[in-house]
Amino acid sequence: MIVITPQAGPHVRNPGKVPSLMAKVVLALVPATLFGIYLFGLPALNTVLLCVVSALFFEGLCVRLVNKRLGLVLADGSAVLTGLLLALTLPPWAPWWIAVGGTGFAIVVGKQVYGGLGQNPFNPAMLARVALLLAFPLQMTTWVAPAPLFSPAAPDFAQSLTITFNGAAVPDSLSGATLLGQVKTDLDRGLALPQALGAHFSPLGQGIGYAAGSLGETSTLLLLLGGLYLLWQNIINWHTPVSFLATLALLAWVFQQLDPTSYAGPLYHLSSGAVMLAAFFILTDPVTSPATRAGQLLFGAGCALLVYIIRTWGGYPEGVAFAVLLMNALTPLVDHYFKPRQYGRTRRGKPLPLPPLEKMAPSRRGRP
Amino acid sequence: MLISILTLTLIGLGLGLLLSAASRLLPSREDPLVAKVNALLPGTQCGQCGYAGCAQAAAALVDGSAPLNLCPPGGPAIARQLAQVLERPLAQPTPGGLAMPSLARVIAEQCIGCTKCLQNCPTDAIVGAPKQLHMVLEKACTGCGACVEVCPTEGIQLQQQAITLGNWRWSKPPRPNPFRGPLCPGEGLA
Amino acid sequence: MRLFGFRGGVHPEAAKHHTERRPIRRLPLPRRLYIPLQQHIGAPAKAEVAPGQHVESGQLLARSQGLISAPVHAPAAGRIVAIEEHPAPHPTGLPVSTVVIETDSEQPPATVPSTEDPFTLPPATIAERVGAAGIVGMGGATFPSAVKLMPNPKQPIHTLIINGSECEPYLTCDDRLMQERPEAIIDGIRLIRHALQARRAVLAIEDNKPAAFAAMAAAARQSEAVEVIRIPSRYPMGWEKQLVKTVTGHEIPHGQLPGGIGVCVHNVGTAYAIHRCLRTRQPLSSRIVTVAGGAVRHPQNLEVPIGARLEELIDFCGGLTEPPARLVMGGPMMGQVMPHLRVPIVKGSSGVLALSAHEVDDGPERPCIRCGRCVMACPAGLLPLEMGARMRHDDLDGAEALGVQDCIGCGCCSYVCPSKIPLVHYFNYAKGELQNRRQEKAKSEQTRQWAQARSERLAREAAEKAALRAERAASKAQQKRPPHPSKEPL
Repeated sequence: MIVITPQAGPHVRNPGKVPSLMAKVVLALVPATLFGIYLFGLPALNTVLLCVVSALFFEGLCVRLVNKRLGLVLADGSAVLTGLLLALTLPPWAPWWIAVGGTGFAIVVGKQVYGGLGQNPFNPAMLARVALLLAFPLQMTTWVAPAPLFSPAAPDFAQSLTITFNGAAVPDSLSGATLLGQVKTDLDRGLALPQALGAHFSPLGQGIGYAAGSLGETSTLLLLLGGLYLLWQNIINWHTPVSFLATLALLAWVFQQLDPTSYAGPLYHLSSGAVMLAAFFILTDPVTSPATRAGQLLFGAGCALLVYIIRTWGGYPEGVAFAVLLMNALTPLVDHYFKPRQYGRTRRGKPLPLPPLEKMAPSRRGRP
Repeated sequence: MLISILTLTLIGLGLGLLLSAASRLLPSREDPLVAKVNALLPGTQCGQCGYAGCAQAAAALVDGSAPLNLCPPGGPAIARQLAQVLERPLAQPTPGGLAMPSLARVIAEQCIGCTKCLQNCPTDAIVGAPKQLHMVLEKACTGCGACVEVCPTEGIQLQQQAITLGNWRWSKPPRPNPFRGPLCPGEGLA
Repeated sequence: MRLFGFRGGVHPEAAKHHTERRPIRRLPLPRRLYIPLQQHIGAPAKAEVAPGQHVESGQLLARSQGLISAPVHAPAAGRIVAIEEHPAPHPTGLPVSTVVIETDSEQPPATVPSTEDPFTLPPATIAERVGAAGIVGMGGATFPSAVKLMPNPKQPIHTLIINGSECEPYLTCDDRLMQERPEAIIDGIRLIRHALQARRAVLAIEDNKPAAFAAMAAAARQSEAVEVIRIPSRYPMGWEKQLVKTVTGHEIPHGQLPGGIGVCVHNVGTAYAIHRCLRTRQPLSSRIVTVAGGAVRHPQNLEVPIGARLEELIDFCGGLTEPPARLVMGGPMMGQVMPHLRVPIVKGSSGVLALSAHEVDDGPERPCIRCGRCVMACPAGLLPLEMGARMRHDDLDGAEALGVQDCIGCGCCSYVCPSKIPLVHYFNYAKGELQNRRQEKAKSEQTRQWAQARSERLAREAAEKAALRAERAASKAQQKRPPHPSKEPL
């Protein structure tokens, strides 16, 4: 039998391609990354480079193992993005094996074992972060206070190598705590919230991000900038970030109204931890989030709810990674139940009822 | 520790014994599946599957000794339905590459008008009269080949249906090969 | 006028500027015309002429067969050379029965204005004449227009929508027609409105065609029978379902035609053809075709007799500047790829595109990243990514459950896909397989019936034979026995 396979339309297509999408997301992350490197010095640069290079290495290794075409897969840029995202969520002075091991876990266990790009049920970067947090709680919660490049406190090149590769302990003068961690500890010690907050929290400072924290999560404003760029470029939909941020703000506001001495307000929640990074760069990961608008709204709201619950009543000061993974697991279910209504059919798939003709018929216009 | 292991083992053993006793002692009913499969088959009794008739083929299908695509007159449609009823996977992924169905065609020069073929056609798809040229009605022909065997002059053949504008269909888009070198797609993973 | 949007859709680059300002030119009559007998949806026409015969311009070549069919007429005077199989304007170029005419000479068909006033004709007569003129939907669907004009007392039409949206990129044939012949189109619309006895007639033009809108609005001012409205430019605005939703705010319920909600949609090209048919008694034997694409030297609109081969059009437009990467009949979104240039223009050919390599640059296909752009773009409210994934693994039932049959094939999903997955191709494949499956099912059902009828017949024949034999035996026995004096009283 002759199999004739002509090409079907459309014959012209949108120029957007996967590599350019990934490149734009990476571009949107550049300001926050550069700020993180500036803020935490050369060890942070080491962490970023280690993550990105090892992401490419592990991706390439897996691709070669199954004998796929190396160039085609590496060129899609998804490995670089995963590596970068993981780096941004790590403590800036993380030892090299945290960066490399975490990236390896993200790429191999988080993505390639499922078949590569598009097949993974969980966000690889978040999966690796949670795995690291559970396996190496000490290293993953050792924060440093900002020591900007070229400042006297900043480690020089040789020191940075020692910090990254030799596991030099963070000097006491530089050890810091994240806002979320500090406030949680203070609350646990029985301090009232206003005192706990008053000591550490200023909305402007959090916005700029001159504070201890994960490598690229501190600067809320720069992340917001990157997110707006993605929205403007039509790389992401507004549904997930808006629903996530709005739900989180609403929850914080409601509880703050109920008891201002125990519950922090919306600004505190929105500007701390991984919220901004998650809203625009993690939750919007297309592979692991729902594909429909309604599903995305639900997904964002669900994440916000989980984040708020974990932060407020859970054991960990920050819950974004857990929340994302839990909602990732729900994504197939959300996709199954939140389908768009088909044209000419009701939500249940039955044909629409015929509208009454009298109601539809317009008045006569003009002479024939 | 030991007690819990023992308890679990005992529970498992007990339940297993109960199950095997039930399967031996309780009467099993007549297999309704054979009747269901028989109803699916075309009932032409053409015997092309190698069984005496459709009922025997149905029994063989149910006990698993016959392949799903055993019925040429039924074609892929029946193979698919059988796969569904019997809950067995189709050996070949459905159409796309499946050949167009074959139909019988009379070769005019060789037909002597013996009417043997029309008597043997299970769907009365051949028309003709003694000493007259016979003709196959394409709509009714199932391509079972019963006529081919009885023709004394080899004057009837099975021929693949031609592809026309009416029966042409889009085939499956070629899958991009993500693998390197001369490997067949999928081989690298196997 | 209030407009209603439709969901989904895309904004492809219009690429209409190459042709929208150039006037329509008439293609010189080719030496030979290849007129397929099937140019419409429905049964093919049946040839009424024989090889060797001489035909006049506008003479009937083939009669329509059945209700949903359309006749075919000679676009020019000439001699029938043959009625044989030639490549069809179809992606495969499979053969189709074709009338080949050797044309006499350059001689535009004589147009004699009809003296009668078509507005005095009863609607059914108008439908009849439109059917006899072989007019089909000129937007590309090629559904016989007469069927939509036939008065149906069960479904009165209150709104006539004339589709002047021309949402496909590149194509400007409707645009130019509206700019150059607005009075004829308005007259055609009024005739359709008269035939349908519709309460209102709306001509909808996308807002990227200001010149056509101005011309049509000026022409419509005289009679006030036609409202000319501007609709937003968004593909697939010109698809019937989306246009009806945009203009009336109502969706056509699944399984219904627009007539079900009292709406009828015709294309501007059809309105023009209906005007010509009723005012000058000319059958449909030519049409406006956009010749465009990066590989065409002088892109423009041509008035082409049906049956001219694509090579004639391309030659008239200065030939090709480079070997085209893809040859398309129709628009670039829903048009069909053509195997070569030796296929004829038919009634539904709105454009001939010779696309250059950079225009069709697809790049390698990559795995789906589930970005959901296809879901947002789908005007039918489907989940293209899910259906595509099902069909990749031949899960026809899964794709059917997701509604692949409701896919209108507009191509928005493939257009936006960043992984360049040929989604439309997968859905074409699914629809073909579903059709095969329906046919196979019907055939096996039929086979079962025939087999049963045969076995019943054989049994009956055997019984009859046995009865006959028994009867014969009985009568023989009676003959052998000596006549016995009957004891019974008579």
